[in-house]
Amino acid sequence: MKELRLMKGNEAVAEAAIRAGADGYFGYPITPQSEVLEYLMTEKPYEKTGMVVLQAESEIAAINMVYGGASCGKKVMTSSSSPGISLKQEGLSYIAGAELPCLVVNVVRGGPGLGTIQPSQSDYFQATKGGGHGDYRLIVLAPASVQEMADFAKLGFELAFKYRNPVMILSDGAIGQMMEKVELEEQKPRWTEEEIIKMSPWATTGKTPDRERNIITSLDLDPLRHEKHNEKLQAKYKKIQEKEVRYEKIHCDDAEYIFVAYGTSARICQKAIELGREKGIKIGLFRPITLFPYPGIELRRLSENIKGILSVEMNAGQMIEDIKLSVGTTFNVKHFGRMGGVIHTPNEVLEALEQKIIGG
Amino acid sequence: MEENISIEEIRKEENLVFVKTKLLTDKSLSYCPGCGHGVAHRITMEVIEEMDLWADAIGVAPVGCSVLAYEFMNIDMQQAAHGRAPALATAIKRLMPNKLVFTYQGDGDLAAIGTAETIHACNRGENFTIIFINNGIYGMTGGQMAPTTIPGMKSSTSPYGRDVKIMGNPLKITELVATLPGTYFVSRHSVHTPGNVRKAKKAIRKAFENQKLERGVSFVEIVSNCNSGWKMTPNDSNIWMEENMFPYFPLGDIKVDGELVK
Repeated sequence: MKELRLMKGNEAVAEAAIRAGADGYFGYPITPQSEVLEYLMTEKPYEKTGMVVLQAESEIAAINMVYGGASCGKKVMTSSSSPGISLKQEGLSYIAGAELPCLVVNVVRGGPGLGTIQPSQSDYFQATKGGGHGDYRLIVLAPASVQEMADFAKLGFELAFKYRNPVMILSDGAIGQMMEKVELEEQKPRWTEEEIIKMSPWATTGKTPDRERNIITSLDLDPLRHEKHNEKLQAKYKKIQEKEVRYEKIHCDDAEYIFVAYGTSARICQKAIELGREKGIKIGLFRPITLFPYPGIELRRLSENIKGILSVEMNAGQMIEDIKLSVGTTFNVKHFGRMGGVIHTPNEVLEALEQKIIGG
Repeated sequence: MEENISIEEIRKEENLVFVKTKLLTDKSLSYCPGCGHGVAHRITMEVIEEMDLWADAIGVAPVGCSVLAYEFMNIDMQQAAHGRAPALATAIKRLMPNKLVFTYQGDGDLAAIGTAETIHACNRGENFTIIFINNGIYGMTGGQMAPTTIPGMKSSTSPYGRDVKIMGNPLKITELVATLPGTYFVSRHSVHTPGNVRKAKKAIRKAFENQKLERGVSFVEIVSNCNSGWKMTPNDSNIWMEENMFPYFPLGDIKVDGELVK
């Protein structure tokens, strides 16, 4: 039975993770995402489903707990916000290198440094281009509602295990903090030890006589062998790019101009579209749901029938680089966005379109 | 006395005085000849075999000389980022409480970069075992000063000897974790003589047995030599260890059954 509730985005992702049959959550408090850990500690899933919840001594310890749990084939996750996510990058690189499934939620706040606690989208590069050292990618999901915070917990775990790759939900402080109606799926049972051994035969579950020992490592001192490993990773990312692109098109059918935006910016763009259409400007929204893989082919196809694109991001212009890679540098594409935790208004966005794209 | 025992005769099972545990692979150790790591590996694996816990054992290798421990230990293993092994082990044991979980860490890994993970796992009272190899130096990277390099001891980054006024004090992390409520057994040993090997093995066995009690971390330090890093012959390094390391890091039990040894 599905259930309707009024929840914060941070609570929704936590509740959805329990219901998805998560085995463990390891976190550390940081604004604006502390509700994830608070909610789990209040709900006590360890008494209901057996899900482990632990407040670690640092974000670094938390991501390494995720590494340890993921190595056992368990459904494990962590969440944090920008400065904390920076601390997790070493662990994410190891997890990607060792090809482990896990879910990481980044409720982004403005940077750089300690920055601000207000919402931002300034971690786009970090999330979509790797983040830590080495050639690797995360699968990045960008929710634009509390509902998607919940939905992507389940989807995130599915993709993580399908590809043995870390998945990041790249949210922001607004989506994390705001309350909306959310439809929650019914409780899924956690995997049994037998199911884990069957599904993830690579996991360190104890060496039984019927198999060789399992080793989880990201190290290979032989460069040629390590190159092969890198080639395997790249082939996986290519497959993800072919199979897992997700996006949404709103009012694009008759649009002459489009906003490209994700998360909170996408919601603001929807209002800006209303205001624009009232003035007779035919605007649509292209909302990437996966930021890696980026829906570049679909965006290029869309660009063939429009006059210009405004990339709307709460940052100095990061996703616009992926847009330009998709539609070409000669296409009429510009960036607009407020920074440092300031959220642009629909009027500002529409004005930017009129000045930079239509009038530009 | 028998004069002509054939090789075949010697190899007969009833004539063998030593059999390598199946829990060690046949791969040649990457450690320098004379280093204590090989013995520490062997006794750790022997204890698991003797306790019949092969199918339950999950080990965590560190970064340092024993980064490749998983090549030699024939059990399921994870290789952690530098210093983070106790975080991995925390999750493994909490998610799979019936398994035998241990970390195998050197001094740089455990007492410098991983100090926070070590202290907090010990303080929370996680129910796994830490095997800590202390040779007072960063061996893998070529002999730099470690958190346990004793005053006056030379290394490539303390070439005139550790001057505590400039380089700070060594960290007696074993004594430190013994004071924490979450540790149940803390003991310091060496593996440079047969007698000491036996004592160390007994301590590792106790540390593993303690996991069934669910009373917190069992922590076994092995003060070991690093003849390459110390620029000595294996024998000289053992003598130097006895004369210099043991007075600073005295061998013996520090905490037993949750009580500090007085």
